[in-house]
Amino acid sequence: MYWQQEKECMSRGDLEQLQLERLQSTLYRVGTHVPFYRQKFREMKLDYDSFDSLADIHKLPFTMKQDLRDNYPYGMFAVPLREVVRIHSSSGTTGMATVVGYTRNDIKTWADLVARILCAAGLTADDVIQIAFGYGLFTGGFGLHYGAERLGASVIPMSSGNTKRQIQIMQDFKTTALVCTPSYALNIADVMLDMGINPRGLSLKFGLFGAEPWSEAMRREINEKLGIQSTDNYGLSEVMGPGVAGECQECNGLHINEDHFLAEVLDPETLEPVQPGEIGELVLTTLTKEAFPVIRYRTRDLTRLLPEPCPCGRTFTRMQRILGRTDDMLIIKGVNVFPTQIESVLFDIDGTVPHYRIVVERVNHQDKATVMVEVKESYFFDEMKKQGALIDTIKSRLASELGIGVAVKLVEERTLERFEGKGQRVIDKRAI
Amino acid sequence: MLRIRNLESGYGKIKVLKHVSMHVDPGEIVTIIGANGAGKTTLLATIAGLVKARAGEILFRGQNLPALSAEKIPALGCVMVPEGRQVFATMSVEENLILGAHVLQKKGRQVQEELLEHQYALFPVLRERKGQLAGTLSGGEQQMLAMGRALMARPQLVMMDEPSTGLAPLIVKEIFQIIVRLRDEGNTVLLVEQNAKAALAIADRGYVLETGKVILQGPAADLLTNQDVQRAYLGREKIEEQ
Repeated sequence: MYWQQEKECMSRGDLEQLQLERLQSTLYRVGTHVPFYRQKFREMKLDYDSFDSLADIHKLPFTMKQDLRDNYPYGMFAVPLREVVRIHSSSGTTGMATVVGYTRNDIKTWADLVARILCAAGLTADDVIQIAFGYGLFTGGFGLHYGAERLGASVIPMSSGNTKRQIQIMQDFKTTALVCTPSYALNIADVMLDMGINPRGLSLKFGLFGAEPWSEAMRREINEKLGIQSTDNYGLSEVMGPGVAGECQECNGLHINEDHFLAEVLDPETLEPVQPGEIGELVLTTLTKEAFPVIRYRTRDLTRLLPEPCPCGRTFTRMQRILGRTDDMLIIKGVNVFPTQIESVLFDIDGTVPHYRIVVERVNHQDKATVMVEVKESYFFDEMKKQGALIDTIKSRLASELGIGVAVKLVEERTLERFEGKGQRVIDKRAI
Repeated sequence: MLRIRNLESGYGKIKVLKHVSMHVDPGEIVTIIGANGAGKTTLLATIAGLVKARAGEILFRGQNLPALSAEKIPALGCVMVPEGRQVFATMSVEENLILGAHVLQKKGRQVQEELLEHQYALFPVLRERKGQLAGTLSGGEQQMLAMGRALMARPQLVMMDEPSTGLAPLIVKEIFQIIVRLRDEGNTVLLVEQNAKAALAIADRGYVLETGKVILQGPAADLLTNQDVQRAYLGREKIEEQ
């Protein structure tokens, strides 16, 4: 099932022609309407009028989060405010928020791109979609909402929080698809258990999760606990919001909506393209945005492109699920460590519960990382030996995954704080 | 069907088209809108080989047009309906139409009859006037004759240069309805128009040309609601820049 088959399955040649045309008019748009880019182009002596090949993308300037902050609130807009029909703000996961705007056409495009992703995940107009993303300045709620309406599904604009009521509604309204962060999906599953509700007795079939990195192991856990098929989707408000990329039912990488976004994967240090298939930072250029176009926006998200064709028939390149953020990356004892790596290990070990924290501190001028993980109740009533064995297993598995030793601390089930939106699982005390 | 990349062309020292990229897919009406002097007609003339391309490529069904001489291009299936009709005034309507078929490889009597019949079905007024001298037709009828003549070549792509010029609004409406019908019958149309509103209303996609550059492109419906287009080409009052 496709939403816009003529686009989603277009040939590479046609796609590149479309991308070039759209990039050329985007460059004209920002070169004439956005002082930030006009100045950048001038400084770099870049004649955007003569830009004539997608291969020359590396000649264009980058846009950093800081540039958006420097131009707070409306400095990066390419249209006067009277043409803007919606304003959102980045979720501010890290630091000061940024402001983005949408014209009427942008909103229409956005809805279609999200509808593509819902459709790719297997949803149709017959589905009842419960959106448990926060509604408000955050693009997640409204982005998915408009896309789901465009698809023709029945939308429940639940917003996040009030988990018991979420479950009640899910039961009563016969929700078939849940939209939220993966960590909140797990939280919901736990609360269902507490309430004595069997998730398999519900109508729930699909989960569309995004807004934070998660692992394949976490997907298995969610699918098992809720009895659903979950897919990953990706977006960021600086570029548009959800709808940038999403998984099809092959569940093997996210198709990037390449007719609207040009994706590069670069080495975050050298800013040169990585070898095909290597991990690097995702850099995105919008091709059709009217109100808030961005050129080579450095997302700080790490992924790799999967060039092999997908059996689903979509020709858009896939990217692997986000492996982490360049600024989430912990450097522990000089080694790069991503929270998702630790998560993968924990989820695969029997006896642990999928809730954890990573605490990094400096003891005697040495980095020390401690992984706190919840374990099943039985382990706390059991003999110490069993606990010791579990700690040893986790330690050795982490050491082989990460290449460094970390301390492991078992905590009782349900002692770590739960999340309703994006999870914050890393506590880095070194910076303070 | 048609794919243009970074096209540059002009006359003498004057560079008219600057890095124009655009494409036309089969079965679409694509319109190029823009003010007088934006380069719309030059673009069509360059595709048709009447003006030499200085840089860039024009691929028509895989063939690079600038490498061919102008008279070879219609035979490939790329024909133009010129601005101002340019019918042969001292020839009859039917003679004008038959001229359009000269590029066909197979032009037996029967093929010609079928094609004439097809044009007469599309433009009934031409059947009524088939023996009349083309110069005696009204402006709208001449436009229809020019279109019919182009269609006699059984083209893959019909390029129309300002078909609405100098015609009464009612006739313009009729001409545009015929263009839609052409598309619905499977033809592909590249339509250059100053009448942006009428063109965008029937087109699938559009490009906005300004001083030789494509400054905007997208689905025609999006361009209709785009504020820049509204201000510049759809006659909405000028709004103060903020």
